[in-house]
Amino acid sequence: MATHFLGDTAVLLGRSLRHITRSVDTIITTTITPIAMMLLFVYVLGGAIDTGSVSYVNYLLPGILLITIASGIAYTALRLFLDMKGGIFERFQSMPIARSSVLWAHVLTSLVANAISLVVVVLVALLMGFRSGAGVLAWLAVAGILILFTLALTWIAVIPGLTAKSVDGAGGFAYPLIFLPFISSAFVPTDTMPGPVRAFADNQPVTSIVNAVRALFAQQPVGTDIWTALAWCVGILIVAYIFANNAYRRRIS
Amino acid sequence: MTLRQPSILAVMSIPPATNQAQGPAIHVQGLEKSYKELRVLRGVDFDVARGSIFALLGSNGAGKTTVVKILSTLLKADAGTASVNGFDVATQPADVRESISLTGQFAAVDEILSGRENLVLVARLRHLKNPGTIADDLLERFSLTEAGARKVSTYSGGMRRRLDIAMSLIGNPPVIFLDEPTTGLDPQARIEVWQAVKELAEGGTTVLLTTQYLDEAEQLADRIAILHEGRIIVNGTLAKLKQLLPPAKVEYVEKQPTLEDVFLTLVGAGGKDGDADKGSHDHKTTSNKK
Repeated sequence: MATHFLGDTAVLLGRSLRHITRSVDTIITTTITPIAMMLLFVYVLGGAIDTGSVSYVNYLLPGILLITIASGIAYTALRLFLDMKGGIFERFQSMPIARSSVLWAHVLTSLVANAISLVVVVLVALLMGFRSGAGVLAWLAVAGILILFTLALTWIAVIPGLTAKSVDGAGGFAYPLIFLPFISSAFVPTDTMPGPVRAFADNQPVTSIVNAVRALFAQQPVGTDIWTALAWCVGILIVAYIFANNAYRRRIS
Repeated sequence: MTLRQPSILAVMSIPPATNQAQGPAIHVQGLEKSYKELRVLRGVDFDVARGSIFALLGSNGAGKTTVVKILSTLLKADAGTASVNGFDVATQPADVRESISLTGQFAAVDEILSGRENLVLVARLRHLKNPGTIADDLLERFSLTEAGARKVSTYSGGMRRRLDIAMSLIGNPPVIFLDEPTTGLDPQARIEVWQAVKELAEGGTTVLLTTQYLDEAEQLADRIAILHEGRIIVNGTLAKLKQLLPPAKVEYVEKQPTLEDVFLTLVGAGGKDGDADKGSHDHKTTSNKK
């Protein structure tokens, strides 16, 4: 059966990509919140935030990109949930296909959908004055980190997608993830936060990822942030993958 | 309508690919399954002969779907054995999946894809050559050709069910499970599904059907088993089941048409093509009455 894994995944990926191209609204709703936040923070609140010599839109974009991913992966949970509910999941499971293909197709679809959303958000940021002198390698490094982050969050999203009892449950888990960047260095430097909040902000995954991406965009040394960021992404990815596969195995046996 | 045209059926009914010869198509012995405290199946036994239609009859919650899920490798039994097409469902699930097709209680179709894309999807997942040709043939056979390019979300219940069954036929699996195939369908769509099931069995496919409608079992099944409180309480042909009760008395009753007769006469059962599609563009010209 393993011999079919790639072929089956490709066929199922084609299927869920059609879902995306036929419901472009999912891309729009994914990008609209981050873009609105970016407008709000850059043009309303940003003037009062001291980010030193860095323009605020340059400072803000990495955090906005993470929020975009966090709101995008909710659709993975939703699509998976709807498959389970509609009976097509059972049809797939009763067919002679590689069973893990069903999950991987959704995960890869999430990567594609989020990549499109991220490009849209970056284009809007460029219109708003975002500039980076980063070279090809730095952009590739940013893309790599964002792909890892998307994969990690997508595997988290698979869990409620498989176990949720209602549509709301399948989508609702994303709210804390969208909120997490607010208590990080994404919007404001952490120095002004009171002790315990700052300790949390400095040591949660978003801050290291945001700092690493920001440094890459600004052509500054990434220091240890990039390793912390990678460690967080890979760690979350592995743990979420294990839990998701456990949930999947419970579901199909 | 094409469903009733035997010539097309003859072309379509290629013998099942994975034939494991001999023995019953489905063999179930001592099957038990509990959901926590609730004992749904308490030792279910039955065999289904190759090429026959077997109806599993029972009220809601009797455990019909649980049996089907175990046989289609979606659930594991707590005790007992089951084999499909000679393969054990617990130890050879991959071979079982090669031999079966499941049409579940809810039409397992992709709403966002078109009817044709749904069929192509399944053909690809079954690793068949020429998925496009297979899809077109099935659309034709189930009178969905004109609706083939439309999104399934625009289909009526009957069309959706027909597509669902068409998807189950791809690859000619020797055993097909139909879990309450006509629940929620209007009388006309129901007759169309029955016709499709009969043709399947004529083509040599073994059909296990669950239903809560007695007339459905009576119409279709070669053998009928009644599942009640987790056990099969009777299992036999319709004639044999009827013998369980005292012989029929002769009474003279004026036969009034049933509402179903009236409905079917008025809407032209079997003559009208497609489905009650509420005025959309699903008109066809091939209306041969049987």
